[in-house]
Amino acid sequence: MVLPVSGASGGRWASEDGARVTARGWGWRHAGRRRPAVSQLDLDVAPGERVLLLGASGAGKSTLLAGLAGVLGGDDEGDEAGDLLVDGRAPAEQRGRIGLVLQDPDSQVVLARVGDDVAFGCENLGVPRDEIWRRVGHALDAVGLDLPLSASTSELSGGQKQRLALAGALAMRPGLLLLDEPTANLDPGGVVEVRDAVARVVADTGATLVVVEHRVSVWLPVVDRVVVLDAGGGVLADGRPDDVLRAERDRLVDAGVWVPGAAPPAPVRSRTTGELLLTAGGLDVGHKGPKGRAVAGGIDLTVTEGRALAVTGTNGSGKSTLALTVAGLLAPVAGALEATPSFADGAGPSPIRWKPRQLLTRVGTVFQDPEHQFLTATVRRELAVGPEALGASPREVASRVDHLLDRLRLDHLAGANPFTLSGGEKRRLSVATVLASRPSMLVLDEPTFGQDARTWRELVALLAELLDEGRAVVAVTHDAEFASTLADDVLDLSAHARRTDPAEVRR
Amino acid sequence: MSTSTPENRSTAARDSSTGFTPKARTTPTRRWRVVDIVIASVIGVAAGVVFWAWGLAYTPIDSVLSFSGGFEGILNGGWLFAGVLGGIVIRKPGAAVYTEVVAAVVSMLIGTQWGFSVLIWGIVQGLGAEIVLAVFLYKSWRIGTVLLAGAVAGLAVGLMDTSFASAAAYAAGSKTIYVVTSVVSGTVLAGLLSWLAARGLARTGALSRFASGRSADARV
Amino acid sequence: MSVLTPVVATGVVGRVNPVAKLLAAVVLAIALLLSIDWVSAGTALLLEALLLPFAGLSARQLLARTAPLWIAAPTSVVAIALYGRDGGASVVEWGFLSVTEGSLALAGAIGLRILAVGVPGIVLFATTDPTDLADGLGQVLRLPARFVLGGLAGLRLVGLFMDDWRQLALARRARGVADSGGPVGALRRFGQQAFSLLVLSVRRGSKLATAMEAKGFGGDAPRTWARPSSFGLRDGVLVALGVVIAATSVTAAVLAGTWEFVLA
Repeated sequence: MVLPVSGASGGRWASEDGARVTARGWGWRHAGRRRPAVSQLDLDVAPGERVLLLGASGAGKSTLLAGLAGVLGGDDEGDEAGDLLVDGRAPAEQRGRIGLVLQDPDSQVVLARVGDDVAFGCENLGVPRDEIWRRVGHALDAVGLDLPLSASTSELSGGQKQRLALAGALAMRPGLLLLDEPTANLDPGGVVEVRDAVARVVADTGATLVVVEHRVSVWLPVVDRVVVLDAGGGVLADGRPDDVLRAERDRLVDAGVWVPGAAPPAPVRSRTTGELLLTAGGLDVGHKGPKGRAVAGGIDLTVTEGRALAVTGTNGSGKSTLALTVAGLLAPVAGALEATPSFADGAGPSPIRWKPRQLLTRVGTVFQDPEHQFLTATVRRELAVGPEALGASPREVASRVDHLLDRLRLDHLAGANPFTLSGGEKRRLSVATVLASRPSMLVLDEPTFGQDARTWRELVALLAELLDEGRAVVAVTHDAEFASTLADDVLDLSAHARRTDPAEVRR
Repeated sequence: MSTSTPENRSTAARDSSTGFTPKARTTPTRRWRVVDIVIASVIGVAAGVVFWAWGLAYTPIDSVLSFSGGFEGILNGGWLFAGVLGGIVIRKPGAAVYTEVVAAVVSMLIGTQWGFSVLIWGIVQGLGAEIVLAVFLYKSWRIGTVLLAGAVAGLAVGLMDTSFASAAAYAAGSKTIYVVTSVVSGTVLAGLLSWLAARGLARTGALSRFASGRSADARV
Repeated sequence: MSVLTPVVATGVVGRVNPVAKLLAAVVLAIALLLSIDWVSAGTALLLEALLLPFAGLSARQLLARTAPLWIAAPTSVVAIALYGRDGGASVVEWGFLSVTEGSLALAGAIGLRILAVGVPGIVLFATTDPTDLADGLGQVLRLPARFVLGGLAGLRLVGLFMDDWRQLALARRARGVADSGGPVGALRRFGQQAFSLLVLSVRRGSKLATAMEAKGFGGDAPRTWARPSSFGLRDGVLVALGVVIAATSVTAAVLAGTWEFVLA
């Protein structure tokens, strides 16, 4: 795509001088840790340059960005070595010169109204009142958010919230724009919105840009330099995007980066089909059960052993609601959802009426956010919850737990608290806990959400294995690649939507 | 294009931990950071919702207990844990009062039967816990201190209620029962529960930016 | 939670500075809490009832929001009647319980006082937007901006709690543990769910704090306020009304001889 090179919009902004970044032997060690997060970093970024920062998980990318923004904290939060300077001075003294956008759309919204949230940064910098509202208007235009100033921030979609955060940073007129995985938690539409907004902004203002992201192909048109951090310290590679991607391809693929042109191998599957498990006819789904209004309706589907059903559709079309209904967690609004006698195994035809323990051995649900599912304080106990609820003997429980720890490579984490795991490990753990009770059907809500390429590959391989074992998989996803790699059947909900589901639009 | 060679990288790795000079680890500053304020507010708001729910549940339980004259003091701890929990998580002067006041304001905004008096009570309750933490110079965070903080908060609210609130209309015997049960409730519901909650929170890594979330000696 | 969201300000009260509402409610509450007698509480309640139509809440909304009061008042009345300080002729006696004329009078007074203190608080805050309150506290009362806005940001996170709570409940059903153990089990599950919610909220709060700091919040540099909050005539009138009601109630009680200072 063709993007404006510089100042093409006619200078709505006074052209901000981009900031210069200098790092000399810089390192940071978080308090309470033995190994530093970043060490021996030497880096120079010229004003106006646009850098894509890559590296394996743990290489310190987020720490570097936090350091550049000056938000790492003081003496009591860690130890620093070397220098990290923006325009020759410490970042913490230059609030407003540096804008930071983080990964989670929900955790960056400060105030309840759109205009107020964008104005927040300016207020902190002591900008006079009239000037504040002028800047707010410009910032919202620049990111393409065409909303009234009194619009409620909690009702925005993920892509809109990220653009709101970008507008809030913009209103401060920063010379350095830092983006830490800004599109990781967004659907494909949101990803493009945010990328385009950033491209426009950088072209208009000439600010220096540093982006951390695994989705390289999304950002390639915007950046002119790629820097790869080494997990052991220092810089692994640094140069023009094409050169670095070619030279470091294997290492990057290993690190979980989505290198363009390196398509993940499709897993080998035996594609045998087993028995029918669940059928839905004319199913209407919604949040309040039989008394509620339907979010999507007239759905017909079948769930069969050994086959994967992918449910796709735009934001708000009711995908998650359908997943929860099929999993027996939400009551259908209308229509039929029936389990075959062999699947129900004496529990009755309606999954919503099954007791939790009956549900456990028949359906396993993996939620979009693994943290919603964690119940205990260690990984081992977490895996034992399911078998223990079924009344298995301690020996049986231990054997199942050990088997899963081994299969999903979580053994070295057996005693760790689930919340302290990395994103990919949490996802593996939530799948493992579901497998502990050996359900015949698995329902997954956005399993590849926010995951890097490596976890993605592992997940696809694992699901392929499970399908070959004769389980059924229902996956709600907006990841087209995931659907095309794994799915045997695809159900597109956009045609079935009745009204927009606000709970879904927010993601 | 500069790519670090294998030799460079290994030297870099070896040197990585020597460039850091850990500064003398003095006590953290007394000044509240932004994260202190926000987390204290989060705890306060969450507690405020619980206070409101507790207040709703209080009424039917109270009507049962009202046949016992003064024993409803045993429920008071449910309104005291915000201050204690906030105090031991944030570990800065004023944390207990701030968190308790935020919780009171939130429960008031949602709507309780006691209306505006909840704010005044919140200040006093928070002060009860705060005084104990201050007496120990904000340096002792052992379970004994925490239980004591809960007990004193319970005492404070017990005395306030028997002087100004509906319980002021009780006879002397009922008043005493009220204050005593309030102290017990404070110790258990506010002191013990808060200590357990803070410990659980620290284990999840959610408090990594706080002194309460980092064990003093071990480096992970 | 519909109760959490303020009513869009329709009446005169909606446009009053929230700080004025706060001050009026404080003055009234303090005055009434200093004595338990039916004259002061009753006078205040009467005067408040006269002003209710100006509040901008429909009768249905009013009833819904003040519901806790209508449940609490009778309960307290019963409790005080049975255990309150006795005085005057005895009506019923049964062991520990004793209902006398004195305790009945006290019970009535308490009931009225609950309403008199509760209604203005609920009504005034049902029409207040939290951001406006924060602006008022920072600009009019000049409380430290860091605490006021930090508190507001924390308050905003409440709306997200409800979605999380639902997800947590569904997850527990999916994990097979939603119904074990009877009432004690239910209590333990409630506690566990509340704890999970606390963990999620603290993590989200920490990320929010970082985002706020990156926007320059928390420093020593002087800040400006994008939304002006001024204390004008209308606001002064509301505070004056609060003072007047308080003073009238107290005076009426003193004149009627029923004023009893609680600490005496």
